[in-house]
Amino acid sequence: MATLRTILTAPASARVGEVVEIRTLAQHPMETGYRRSSEGELLPRDLLRRVECRFDGELVFAADLHAAISANPYLAFQLKLPRSGTLSVSWAGDRGVAHSESVQISAT
Amino acid sequence: MKLWPALLLCAALAAQAQRLSGHAFMSPATQALQNDDTQNPAFLWVRDGQQRFDAACARCHSRGSQRGVAPRYPAWDAVLGKPVTLSARINLCQVRHVKATPFAPESDALLGLEAFIAHQSRGMPVQAPADARLAPFVQQGQRLFNQRIGQLDLSCAQCHEQLAGRRLGGSTIPQAHPTGYPLYRLEWQAVGSLQRRLRQCMGGVRAEPYAFGSDELTALELYLMQRAAGMPLETPAVRP
Amino acid sequence: MIARRQLLAAGAVACVWPPARATPDSMQAAIDAFTGGSVVREGRVKLDISPLVENGNTVPVTVSVPGFEAAAVRRLALFTERNPQPEVAVFTLGPLAGRAQVATRMRLATSQTVVALAQMADSSVWQQRVEVVVTLAACVEGG
Repeated sequence: MATLRTILTAPASARVGEVVEIRTLAQHPMETGYRRSSEGELLPRDLLRRVECRFDGELVFAADLHAAISANPYLAFQLKLPRSGTLSVSWAGDRGVAHSESVQISAT
Repeated sequence: MKLWPALLLCAALAAQAQRLSGHAFMSPATQALQNDDTQNPAFLWVRDGQQRFDAACARCHSRGSQRGVAPRYPAWDAVLGKPVTLSARINLCQVRHVKATPFAPESDALLGLEAFIAHQSRGMPVQAPADARLAPFVQQGQRLFNQRIGQLDLSCAQCHEQLAGRRLGGSTIPQAHPTGYPLYRLEWQAVGSLQRRLRQCMGGVRAEPYAFGSDELTALELYLMQRAAGMPLETPAVRP
Repeated sequence: MIARRQLLAAGAVACVWPPARATPDSMQAAIDAFTGGSVVREGRVKLDISPLVENGNTVPVTVSVPGFEAAAVRRLALFTERNPQPEVAVFTLGPLAGRAQVATRMRLATSQTVVALAQMADSSVWQQRVEVVVTLAACVEGG
């Protein structure tokens, strides 16, 4: 299974109930399927399709992406911290690409 | 006697005051991408470079030792007897010291390493070494910068000195100071090197671009960095 | 002559206009698919996007529903009128969402209308439309 280079930005700690911003970057060309190579061949579509963020398994946010999302997709969204726990983001896309990254956030 | 150093300094500062990074010519939205490390896509490459550095280069080089390196490049290589760019130096290290195959030009591996290393010097002023051996190559770079090339018969200087600040199509022409390389170019939707950008410019005036790693591109980079001396390094920059 | 053509090809833009392009009708069809045919009202949702874009490859955009709890919003979506396809993204807010707000970066093939939609928990759907001028389209140069 092809993996992905990602950066997950989240605070190390926050108060219970505080709303914090989570930022994600994934290195992916988001090939639209409309471009041609310099030899004239149509470059096949290759997209990241779904990004999911869960906190201790519970859904925070999910995104269904299409070709109009820029290469190296950036997503920023808001989490309401319920308690200390594990924030996990997973990416899935064409050609079996799948990856997830997790961080601990502690509640102060 | 005491006055003229101050006047020289003023003149130098005034001249510097007229020099602007490409950052200044971008829209606020694009500037915002560069200003925030958590939004700048180039950090995907920097992160990769950091991992490669720790795996291979850290045997000889501490991370801290990389601060101050990039602003001095291109620098003299005694064995080859000519200046080399930072990416060429990385590959020379690969071959001579790590005993591994060199990275392909514009490969993500090489770009990541170069971006990581140059990023350690972000904020430091470009400081081309005062090495007399470099002088003939700087002059070669200056000649290339001023030479008309291609079917459009244009030199770098015509656009980037005489017409900097004016528009080419929808874009503002910058002054061509390579203070942010390797950088994320929106046009490429990826990180790329100065050499890729120079080759693209040459294609733009319908000239045969110099090859990756060529002496001409090295000389041009050497001249451009001298021309940008004193300006802060921005790697990894974002450009439209 | 041949060398010249090769030089021209080397500098040529590597993208090609797709055979079909979204139209206001196909965007409406895509919006209907998202809303399930519900009436779409103006308001509540805020689309933050620069009205003038220098490069259509990477356009920062933020969609939010200010003044409402995250729990009151089920999904957010983005559509375009004149990209090759009208769909851009659909964002689903889970129970732990802190705010109905998402930021991303999108592609715009040309100057056009961008539409942001918010589907509330009560199934009502709201929109905001912004006209965006793109000075350089999302075409990637060869090289």
